This record gives sequence, C-alpha cells and structure tokens, in this order.
Amino acid sequence: MKNRVYINGSCAISSQPTFEGDFLDNINENVQDNVLPVIEPNYRDYIAPPAIRRMSRAVKMGIVASKRALGEACLELPEAIAVGTGMGCVQDSEKFLRAVLDNEEQYLTPTAFIQSTHNTVAGQIALELQCKGANFTFVDGSTSFESALSDAAMQIELGDIRNALVGGVDENTPYCLEIYELDNIIKPRHEAPFSITDARSKGVVFSEGASFFVLSDERNEHTYAALADVDFRNDVPDTGVFIGDFLSRNNLDIDDIDLMLSGRNGNSEDLAGFDTAETLMRCTKLYYKHLSGDYFTASAFGFWVACNVLRSGHVPQLLKPVGTPSEEVRNVLIYNQFRGKGQSLILLQKV
Amino acid sequence: MQPIVVTAMGIISSIGNSVEENLYSLLEGKPQISRLDNLRSTLRDNIKVGEIKLSNSELAKRLGIDPRAEYSRTALLGIWAAKEAIAGLSADEVKSLGFVSASTVGGMDKTEQFFYEYKTNVEARRHIYTHNIGENTRMIADYFGIGGMVTAVSTACSSSANAIMVGTNLLRTGRLSQVLVGGSDALCKFTINGFNSLMILSDDACKPFDRNRKGLNLGEGAAYLLIETKENAVRHGRTVLAVLSGWGNTNEAYHQTASSAEGDGAAAAMAKAIDIASIAPHDIDYINAHGTATDNNDMSESVAIRRIFGNEVPDFSSTKAFTGHTLAAASSVEAVYSILSIRESVVFPSLNFENPIEETNLTPQTTLKHKPIRNVLSNSFGFGGNCSTLIFSKYEK
Repeated sequence: MKNRVYINGSCAISSQPTFEGDFLDNINENVQDNVLPVIEPNYRDYIAPPAIRRMSRAVKMGIVASKRALGEACLELPEAIAVGTGMGCVQDSEKFLRAVLDNEEQYLTPTAFIQSTHNTVAGQIALELQCKGANFTFVDGSTSFESALSDAAMQIELGDIRNALVGGVDENTPYCLEIYELDNIIKPRHEAPFSITDARSKGVVFSEGASFFVLSDERNEHTYAALADVDFRNDVPDTGVFIGDFLSRNNLDIDDIDLMLSGRNGNSEDLAGFDTAETLMRCTKLYYKHLSGDYFTASAFGFWVACNVLRSGHVPQLLKPVGTPSEEVRNVLIYNQFRGKGQSLILLQKV
Repeated sequence: MQPIVVTAMGIISSIGNSVEENLYSLLEGKPQISRLDNLRSTLRDNIKVGEIKLSNSELAKRLGIDPRAEYSRTALLGIWAAKEAIAGLSADEVKSLGFVSASTVGGMDKTEQFFYEYKTNVEARRHIYTHNIGENTRMIADYFGIGGMVTAVSTACSSSANAIMVGTNLLRTGRLSQVLVGGSDALCKFTINGFNSLMILSDDACKPFDRNRKGLNLGEGAAYLLIETKENAVRHGRTVLAVLSGWGNTNEAYHQTASSAEGDGAAAAMAKAIDIASIAPHDIDYINAHGTATDNNDMSESVAIRRIFGNEVPDFSSTKAFTGHTLAAASSVEAVYSILSIRESVVFPSLNFENPIEETNLTPQTTLKHKPIRNVLSNSFGFGGNCSTLIFSKYEK
C-alpha cells in the first residue's frame, strides 16, 4: 500500500505580494509590463547579513521560501530536498561567462563559477538547514518543478522518506531578458496591454520567483491538500489522451474534477494545448499567470494557488473563474505547458 | 522489492565510441588524455583533457543530423550514446520509454560562442533557448521519439548517478516499465576555466590517489543504461547485464564545493547503498572510485573508504585517468565500466599511481586484475555537497 502525500507548508515569492499577508491579498494585475519584477522579501529576517551578500537572488529566494514553508509545516529538518529550476543560477553563470570572454580566459576568480552550478540553491538550502538527506536538482524546462515534486512524492510513496522540501525557483538577468525578447520567448513591449487570453503572438509575459512546499506522509492541522498524482511528458501527440489516461489511472472521470487551474499564458505556441485541455474539462477553470507572469517554474506558483484554494475552500475572483465553481471542491487538476512542449498534470485532493 | 536490472547500455568517451571500444581501451590500458583539438581555448597548452576527437559536424553527419541545426555538443554526444543503448528496442517500446538525463553544461558550448552576437546575429538566436539543460534533454528525446516521462537532473559531478536513482523510483512505483538513464556533458570553455580558476586542473595526466597528485583532467562523454524491473526484462526475454542493487544519495552540508576531511558525505552515501543492496562491506569486490585526483577529493574519499571498509579495503581504482572527469556523465560512464567489470571478471587499473597518500595509505589496483566480480560499488561526488553511490551486482537467474 503506497503512502499518501500531503502538502503541509508552502511559501511563494513572486511578482505579487504573496510572501506577506493572506492568500492573494493586495494583488494588482500588471498588464503593462512584459517582464514582471519579483517582490523580494526582507532577506535579513531569515539569512545572516554576511551570507546575503554572496548569494544570488535564486539562492536567497530559495532559502527564505524554504524556511517559511518549513515553519508553516512545523518541520525543522526535512528528510530530503528536491528543487526544480528551468535556468539555474543565471546571475553567476553570466557573471563567470562574461569574465571568461572579456578577459580571454585570464585572471579569473572562482566564486561565480562555484555558485553557477544548477544545484547551488538546493546545496545552499542543505547547508543552511544542515540537511544531509537526499538532495536533487531537476533542470527540465517547464516541467522542472513537476520533476522535483514527482520525485519527492515517489520517495514518500515508497516509504524511503517521510517528508521532503520541494520547490521551484528561477531568477533572471537583464541580458537574459533582453535576448529572450529577441528570440520571442518574451512578448515585445509594444504589444502592451497584455492578456493571457490574447495569444495572437509568440511569447509570454516573463517573470521569476520561488515557491516552496513541505510534503509529508502525515496530515496535520496545517495540511493544504493531498497530492494524488503528477505526470508530465516532453511531447504530447494528443492532449485529450494524455489527460484521459491520467484521470483513469487515478480512477476519476472528467466530471469528478471540480476545478481546473490552467497555465494559459498568451503564447500562440501554447494556444492549441490550452484550448484542447480547457474544452475537454467541463468544470470551472481558473488562471494564475496574469498574476505571476510565466517562467519555467511558474507552475510552482500555480501549485501554491491551488493549495490555497483547496484549503480555504474559496475561489477568489482574481483567478478569473470561467464557470461557477461547484459547492464543494474535492479534486483540482493543474495543467501546464510551455512552447508546445513539457505538458504536465498535477492532481490535488481535498483532505 | 522487485529487483532493478540493466539490460542495455551505450557510451561515448575519449577512449571509445561504443561499449566494446571502451572495454578494449580499458583492457589494453590505453587512456586518451591529450591537448584540446576541437575546442579553442587559450589554456590549450596548460592542461590535458579527455577530449573526444570527433568534431560536432562529424558527430552530426554520422547521426544523420543537419550540421547547421541547433544541436549542442552535449546533445550530440547524448544522442550517440543513447542510440547504442536503445538499439534493441522496438518503435513501440521507445514510445513508452522514460528518459532521465543529466548534464551540467547543456548548450553552454554554443552560448559561449555566440553570447555577444545575439543582438546582431539573427541566425545565432536559435541557440538562445537551447542553452538550458532541459532543452538538450528534449533534443535527445525528440531524436528518437521517446514518449514517456522525460526529465533532466543537474547535481554537478554526481548528476548521472542521481539520474539513475530517479529512474529507479520511476520503476519501483510502477510509473514506468523501462527507463533510459545516464548523462551527457561536453567540454566547453566555461567549465575548463571554472576548474582552472579553482586551480585543480592538472597540466599532465592525472594521478588518482597518488600522494603527489596535481589535480584532475576534464573530459567529455555520454553514457546511458536501459533499466527495468527484473519481471519486465524476463517477460520480454531480454539479456540482463547486471542488477542495480544499491544506491545512496546524501548531502554533506559541509561546504559549497569542498568535501570534509572526514569524508562524512561519501561514507554516508556508501553506507546507504550497501544497506539497500542488503550486503555487507566485505561483499564488495571492486570499488570504482570517484578518484578525480584533486587533493581534496582523493583524501576525503580515501578517509571515507577506510571508514566503511576498515583494513579490508577491496580492490579499487579510478578510471578517470583513462577518460578524464566527464562531469555529469561521469557516474554513468563509470556505471558502464562497473557493469563491464562484472561481465568480464576484471578490475580495471588505476593509471599513473606511484605512492599512496600518507594519512590513509591506500594503494589502488594498478594493473588489470582478473577475478570473479559479484558486487561493484561506484562513487560520485559533486559541488553542492552531493554524494552518490551506486552498487551493481552480478545477475543470477
């Protein structure tokens, strides 16, 4: 008999004030910018000041979000850490690469290189917490967070571990944003105002952030929801079949899903996938990327939204519900993809 | 627990373009550590590397890929090795195959080439998105049409050991019946200069576990294992190469890059893997050590080996003097060697060794040694405190 997996703690650092206050308090939808800057917490409340100076934004956000999520779950030391990141430590990678190129491979110091490895965030969290358990980092585009979530959940299901810290984190640099706009990954500025329902052009409104969660085989008074299943594919020939197979392996029918959280992002390359999925599901649809922007681990923010909706039993109008939410929300399906690839499904259940 | 078995493998490294070519070089004691030829670097005359001499266009041509396409060297090497590993699968099996691939550099080779050109060179922009490691994994998956769960792991020099462990979870939970696991990393200026700035690159052939070791040789390569449950392998009548019997992943939580003098993380990873394999330390017949030939690693790993095995240390060697340190691919390259060690009943030699480290007084096996091998323990340690151990065992029906 496999163990059930519960989400007992969470924290989202995003382009909205999600770090402080209640769920989706003081939210402002920004439709003018093609890049939404992250609202950073006061790191000094969580990390010793000398350490802060050395850390890149991804590391700082990761550590703070971890500590907050662990605090909420009343867990001091997780048994394992799994982090997903689409781009890794871009700030230090770029810094070191520029030094290599600008100085023709001479006079280099190793600090930026050391901090450039993709597992720096997970490694620094382990150092900070003194967590000696299994430590994994997944770098898999739009399914980076889902990979981390799935692997940690499998370890709990198998009884290898009893709890885990799981997160998704991404940071940007000005140059990275500039070239992403050149490559149509980010929508051009002049197309403002932006809307996730307007997918006439390629690209998304981009952002960054960190969302971390505590998974456990034990429910407590802070439990948000149960994580029933996660699945993802590199390439999905038929989105309908992908969703159908996922539901049937969980013994569910389309009408058993009460809410669908769609990662709709206004990118023309993703339009067909989101249209198919949303048409197939007859339940109420909710959205989140108009609040968070899109980035490789934006679905971790979506996961945070879904956890909160399930625990509070309340669907804020800010999530732009299409359809009337059923009286009792039991099953929530999260669907995402990016640039026509990396489709993912997460099933959360009320406890 | 349902045993997990290895039923096929593929590899490309500086010592060979296939499993059999690699085996030949190992048996003949022929390393391939040279100056850089394909990659242009001002460090060329200062370092020695395990470079694969096939150029990108030769690799692409032989794989039937348009050389002008956006494939990074990491993706090309990955496709090369994966092709050998899944050659025996039917089209339907590939459609449901899972894939967990590791890399540390992804498309960095292209990024460092075009970094300042993106604003003006429209043609170069196709390399922007394919910089990310996940996209390199997708390129490999798409080449074959791999249709199951695909993901990528990046935990520095232990990456492909961890990719293999993720694969075991997918099998043990029944999510997949077959998964291709391993890693691929290409040499690039970014990593060469990174390791050079840490002053841990040797200007000569590396000397793992030697008292006077001078640092590591970087290498490049890719290797993949096809793993499945024993039940699935038997049902399909596949030849089993070895059992993946143990694995351990710990974080030392000691320092961002260095290993502790006590070898805590390494010892914990080995202990965990031995425990999962349900064997005792004296059942290990051969240790394929991480053995990078840096001061720090070899000392720390030696201490950890002493802690686990006491005065009865089994035959051990580092094969990095043959191939160089292939970073994210190292664990899977050495997993292939560990399985070959079982199949051929040999311990591969640790080259260039002269004198043991005084504190631990460990002497690796320096010549090819023939003996029956039942259990091989393979170590991989990386930046970020990541310590990983895998154990491969002889398959008995």
